[in-house]
Amino acid sequence: MASAAQAPDAPAIELRGISKSFGPVKANEDIDLRVEPGTIHGIVGENGAGKSTLMSILYGFYQADAGEILIGGKLTPIPDSDAAIRAGIGMVHQHFMLVENFTVLENVVLGAEDGALLRPSLAKARAELTRLARDYELQVDADAVVGDLSVGFQQRVEILKALYRHADILILDEPTGVLTPAEADHLFRILRFLRDQGKTIILITHKLREIMAITDRVSVMRRGRMVATLDTARTSPPELAELMVGRRVLLRVDKGPAKPGDVLMQVRDLKVNDWQGVERLRGVSFDLRGGEILGIAGVAGNGQSELLEVLAGIRPASGGSVRFRGEALALDSVANAEARRALGIAHVPEDRHRRGLVMPFSEWENSCLGYHGEPRYAGPAWTMDRRAIRELAQAGIEKFDIRPPSVDLTTSNFSGGNQQKIVLAREIERDPDVLLVGQPTRGVDIGAIEFIHREIVALRDRGKAILLVSVELDEIQALADRIVVMFDGRISGARAAGETDERELGLLMAGIDPAERAA
Amino acid sequence: MDLATALAIAESSMRLAAPLLLACLAGLYSERAGIFDIGLEGKMLGAAFGAGAVAAVTGSAWIGLAAGMAVSTVLALIHGLASITFRGNQIISGVAINFLASGLTALIGQNWFGMGGQTPQLFGDQRFLAVELPLAGALRDVPVIGFLYSDFLSGFTVLVYVALLAVPLTWWVLFRTRFGLRLRAVGENPGAVDTAGISVVRLRYQAVIITGLLCGIAGAYLATGMAAGFIRDMTAGKGFIALAALIFAKWRPWPALWACLLFGFLEAIGIRYQGVTIPNVGTVPVQLMQALPYILTVVILAGFVGRAIPPRAGGKPYVKER
Repeated sequence: MASAAQAPDAPAIELRGISKSFGPVKANEDIDLRVEPGTIHGIVGENGAGKSTLMSILYGFYQADAGEILIGGKLTPIPDSDAAIRAGIGMVHQHFMLVENFTVLENVVLGAEDGALLRPSLAKARAELTRLARDYELQVDADAVVGDLSVGFQQRVEILKALYRHADILILDEPTGVLTPAEADHLFRILRFLRDQGKTIILITHKLREIMAITDRVSVMRRGRMVATLDTARTSPPELAELMVGRRVLLRVDKGPAKPGDVLMQVRDLKVNDWQGVERLRGVSFDLRGGEILGIAGVAGNGQSELLEVLAGIRPASGGSVRFRGEALALDSVANAEARRALGIAHVPEDRHRRGLVMPFSEWENSCLGYHGEPRYAGPAWTMDRRAIRELAQAGIEKFDIRPPSVDLTTSNFSGGNQQKIVLAREIERDPDVLLVGQPTRGVDIGAIEFIHREIVALRDRGKAILLVSVELDEIQALADRIVVMFDGRISGARAAGETDERELGLLMAGIDPAERAA
Repeated sequence: MDLATALAIAESSMRLAAPLLLACLAGLYSERAGIFDIGLEGKMLGAAFGAGAVAAVTGSAWIGLAAGMAVSTVLALIHGLASITFRGNQIISGVAINFLASGLTALIGQNWFGMGGQTPQLFGDQRFLAVELPLAGALRDVPVIGFLYSDFLSGFTVLVYVALLAVPLTWWVLFRTRFGLRLRAVGENPGAVDTAGISVVRLRYQAVIITGLLCGIAGAYLATGMAAGFIRDMTAGKGFIALAALIFAKWRPWPALWACLLFGFLEAIGIRYQGVTIPNVGTVPVQLMQALPYILTVVILAGFVGRAIPPRAGGKPYVKER
């Protein structure tokens, strides 16, 4: 094999028959993969398809049960991350592996020090960072504390870490999830540039648009298996979606024009301070009408979460007003989420694990959470009627196609998409006048996304108002009738869905209003 | 207050602060690595017993010190095993070690020496005695310097100097060495350390062992430096005061020195001014004076002294994620 290692046409990475099980779950089954050097290779698949497991095996986080890894044509066992780094593999994790209170320099040096004393290592890294910044357009202030940097820059630090360790192969796991479209574009420019310098890049994503935009080849995974590897130029998003799910999928949401009705909710000059006294909402105003979906776009952390929580009654506001059907809602007390639900304002929280569900509960217990005071659940005296709850839960399971259809299954054992359906079933089933939805399809498979989107549109068509908060611009564009973009706790722009495009929304997400600029 | 009284209080503060400082720095290594250690108290107590008993039997304070450090390190490794290898709850493990030390020292002490849980009184070489610093005699007559150096700084036991030297040493290790960088990183984000190809487990064990060694010195000092033998539960909450000092110092070495000196000072005042009469108020109860360091501990732990942000990964066992 040693002579093969010198062959110039050897693949950068070759996986042969990789299998990995976690208990009874086969996360990876007999996976073969060839990644050519100097290419950008995409790996797509639904959640739980085994993409991350495969990459973790490649980066030495896990040991494969069977199979071989060849790097540059040479058989390379990778027992730990150290071995992966030595084999020239660098990884940019979805959740950055950075020490937030360290400087950029310290983060880059960590684990790649030259000796027991820090000073020479830091000096060397500083020089090296300057070189990398010049060669790859990766400028970062070496002395900045990482926690103070924007996510885009933190990601850059992760890439620099890999390059500092002389990585020839760079794996990026869902790198654009936290970026603005402009930051994502910049990342793609960097990746193309790195590829042109001869680096090999593996991009894990579930966004088909990104696959089409940047990769040279793409591999599709489904249920732990590698189902296809294609030239990107010769495939299309519908084909990839079908390969991922195993059946035809409608990528566009089928919806008719909105028929906006009366204003149901009137939000005026809403302000929120967090516990440290930092202003998170700085005066937000909008109207929400029945029969329309109002999409709130923006990069995570620009006040959307706080807005949802105030409207849902979880968090007090520090100023402003909210009227529901003309009546002012109390915004000062914290404990009125139940009152909001009673009024007909339902809430599908952004974080279903923390707020939407009690994960160790069984499905039927979660199916009545927050509504357990309702008379139809009541048994004799102060008890609850178990049978009624279970029957209603079973009805919800059938209506929302929750799989497996078991009311007794522990909630954490459902897939992300089915967990979200449990929450949606609970909230939509009450036929609320206003539905507040946060990240309805985060961590949800393509097949389930289709279903959830259809349910939301159906609710709209029954004349209800929907406030949709999502960091996925695609989702906002597909679902919303009107789009409001938030930046830094303010509304940076509002557009009718049909009269804007991704470029304009992207600018608004960065706080720039192109309409004002032109004026 | 005259100069002699001030000097006496300062010297007493220093003596009382030394074991706190050693325990505080011990806790600093562990907690900076992400392992909360509420068992400083137990480790000190175990070490005090080990040092007292072995010094009494062998007649050497130094062998006693080694024994104390060994006992403390074993206890530290138990904590490490529970919280690093078995990913248990670090607070519960620490509490268990405190109980274990408190019970075992009394039991074994009674069994070995039959003196109600005490070890025999230590004399001469069985104890660490005051040492004269070099040139202390020659410099005594130099104004100011002579007073500070010969009268104040000279004449403590060797372990007090060890405690003082441990401060700059810890600072240097933490902020100027590769080990320190990794130690700080593993307490903040073990994932970053792991993905950089460094073993989180090994690093945390190293930190816990250092904690054991330093706690051992602190405990040995109690039995063979400050007192002349081991007495049941002689740590009397010093491990917890050291923990409070650590939080007060926000897990940094130099502030740890000042925090421990403050606690030592309060303790010294409590001992010196028992039954003082304040005009128009009356006699201050002894108990109140003695409670001063503990009151400060409560105030600090209740968060009155600004926000102290502990190492982010502290208390959480590290589990590799997908």
